Amino acid sequence: MSRLLVCPPDYFGIEYEINPWMRRSNAVDSGQAIRQWHHLMQVLEQDVGAVLERMKPVPGLPDLVFTANAGVVVGGTAVPSHFRYPERQKEEAYFEDWFRGQGYKVVTLEPGRFFEGAGDLLGFPDTWFGGYRQRSDIRVFPTISQWFHREIIPLELVDNRFYHLDTCLCPLSGGELLYFPSAFDHYGQEVIAQRFALSSRLVVLEAEALRFACNAVCVGKHVVLPAGCPETESLLTSRGYLPHPVELDEFMKSGGSAKCLTLALD
Amino acid sequence: MTHDQETVLLQGHIIDSLILAKVLDRIQMMGGTFDLQDVQIGKTREEPSRARIVVRASSATLLSEILHAIQPHGASVESERDCRLAAAPADGILPEEFYATTHLPTQVRVHDQWVEVEGIEMDLGILVDPARLTAKTVPMGEVKQGDQIVTGREGVRVIPLQRPRDRDVFSFMESQVSSERPHGRVIGDIAKRLAQLRTGFREGKVGSKVLLAGGPAIVHAGGRDALTWLIDEGFIHVLFCGNALPAHDMEVDLYGTSLGYGHVAGRVVPHGHEHHLRTINRIRAIGSIETAVRSGVIKTGIMAACVRQGVQVVMAGTIRDDGPLPGVITDSLEAQVAMRAAIPGIGLAMLVASTLHAVATGNLLPAAVPSVCVDVNPAVPTKLADRGSFQAVGLVMDAASFLRDLARELGARL
Repeated sequence: MSRLLVCPPDYFGIEYEINPWMRRSNAVDSGQAIRQWHHLMQVLEQDVGAVLERMKPVPGLPDLVFTANAGVVVGGTAVPSHFRYPERQKEEAYFEDWFRGQGYKVVTLEPGRFFEGAGDLLGFPDTWFGGYRQRSDIRVFPTISQWFHREIIPLELVDNRFYHLDTCLCPLSGGELLYFPSAFDHYGQEVIAQRFALSSRLVVLEAEALRFACNAVCVGKHVVLPAGCPETESLLTSRGYLPHPVELDEFMKSGGSAKCLTLALD
Repeated sequence: MTHDQETVLLQGHIIDSLILAKVLDRIQMMGGTFDLQDVQIGKTREEPSRARIVVRASSATLLSEILHAIQPHGASVESERDCRLAAAPADGILPEEFYATTHLPTQVRVHDQWVEVEGIEMDLGILVDPARLTAKTVPMGEVKQGDQIVTGREGVRVIPLQRPRDRDVFSFMESQVSSERPHGRVIGDIAKRLAQLRTGFREGKVGSKVLLAGGPAIVHAGGRDALTWLIDEGFIHVLFCGNALPAHDMEVDLYGTSLGYGHVAGRVVPHGHEHHLRTINRIRAIGSIETAVRSGVIKTGIMAACVRQGVQVVMAGTIRDDGPLPGVITDSLEAQVAMRAAIPGIGLAMLVASTLHAVATGNLLPAAVPSVCVDVNPAVPTKLADRGSFQAVGLVMDAASFLRDLARELGARL
């Protein structure tokens, strides 16, 4: 069973611009955002069978809805994020309180070292990938690696449209990797090529990468991804996965999609 | 010369992720160089690896640009402590545990900044002015009570010499001295350097001065004309010698002998042994070598050429000197000070046929200055080569042959 942390989008909106997707002039249709979010929750609970933990939304924190950036959770331990931008730093205390309130052991990184949680740290049971340069600081990975005794392979994010690792790379439960190669430099692409056989590399087309096809939630054979990515769906189907497309374009206005809206707790 | 370098640490899963490769590539692509000093590779997949990298660049600006570029990939500058300072307890006495210099470029860390030590010379102390962020070498005898002197080794770094860019005899990392080496090629390379330095000197380029430290064997063996020619043609700018070289050089001019040997006849002249004493006495009566040359008493030879060409001459006396000639410095510490003052700006040093002056000069020179030591006794070039500078070339050969070959290589008809 998979437990996910989510936060209702009651106060979601575009109140600042901290990535190339955000434009204050491109206002969020709140009603539509709420409907899309509830549909996502419904798919996750009913179709995928995930258990959802809901956080209380906070006025003035429009991005609290993107719980992937709360931190990372490993067993009973949580590492809360240190956001790069002051706009999101205000969320840190709420996420940390939530972890403590749920009985997690909280370990914190050195102040001033940016780390944006599961947005930049994701992978497989024995190996993680750490996205850096856009948001997270590469220097946090050796520390986290030591805490949890896991290898963390840093990958530089070279395209600011893919500002978190989970916007361009998604590990799948069967050991395959869904990713958009151009978001990485040739070193990163080489590292991925060395680790994954050609048949395990599911390359997403640019047009669908820009719809955040990689920002998908994989639970067992289910993959929940934004709607409008038919090629990616076919790729997934060809490997035996069950794609669940969900309309999430209100959240794309803020540079986030299915994966950004959840945090894996187990 | 500035040497900008900084040590950075890189840790984590830096090997499989190609982060180390990326950082090293970046340093090189930006025009820097690196030394991978220490790499510890994790024994298991989870265990992180660690690398210590010395980054070097041709300027402080480039170094800072490189550090700025590699910092996002996790390369953090190794934190270093400031050097330790202690006040000199009295004039002429360094504090206990003072840091003794080498002849290699050295920097000390003061208020978290690397400061270049000025006046590099071996076996001295380092005097720091923490307020002005300056550091310079100081001989034991010149230290003043209360001077802030570097102690211990913390916050001090010695920068190894970079391999010189010119592809000549000085660029090979070999300090061997052999009497069996073909001299022609070596002398050819020295001649090329002299020609380049003369051009640089005439254009007012810093570091273009040529120093010759020589003994009287130059005159006895018949190298006087060649050296005179080299000076007159503007290839030599500083001369270090004792009392004997000028005495015998001027003896040739006045009596046609050196140490009593007839230069042309090639045999002892009756009462010839008195000639150098009479020469010294004559110059003492005139008051100075310069006056002797300008008044036409001394017309030819090395000293006359030096006066004509405005060559800076430092004459350092020794125990058994006759006279000495006016201008010879008889206090050895004063002589050291005068020699030291003439060192900055030297681009090539030729140490010819004098154990005493060759060793003294060699010890005053920074390792970065290319030097040639010529002596019939292999012990002298060997002793100098043992200083550990790979820009020192030793030639076991007669001084006159060396100077003549060198002058001919540069176009003299001798």
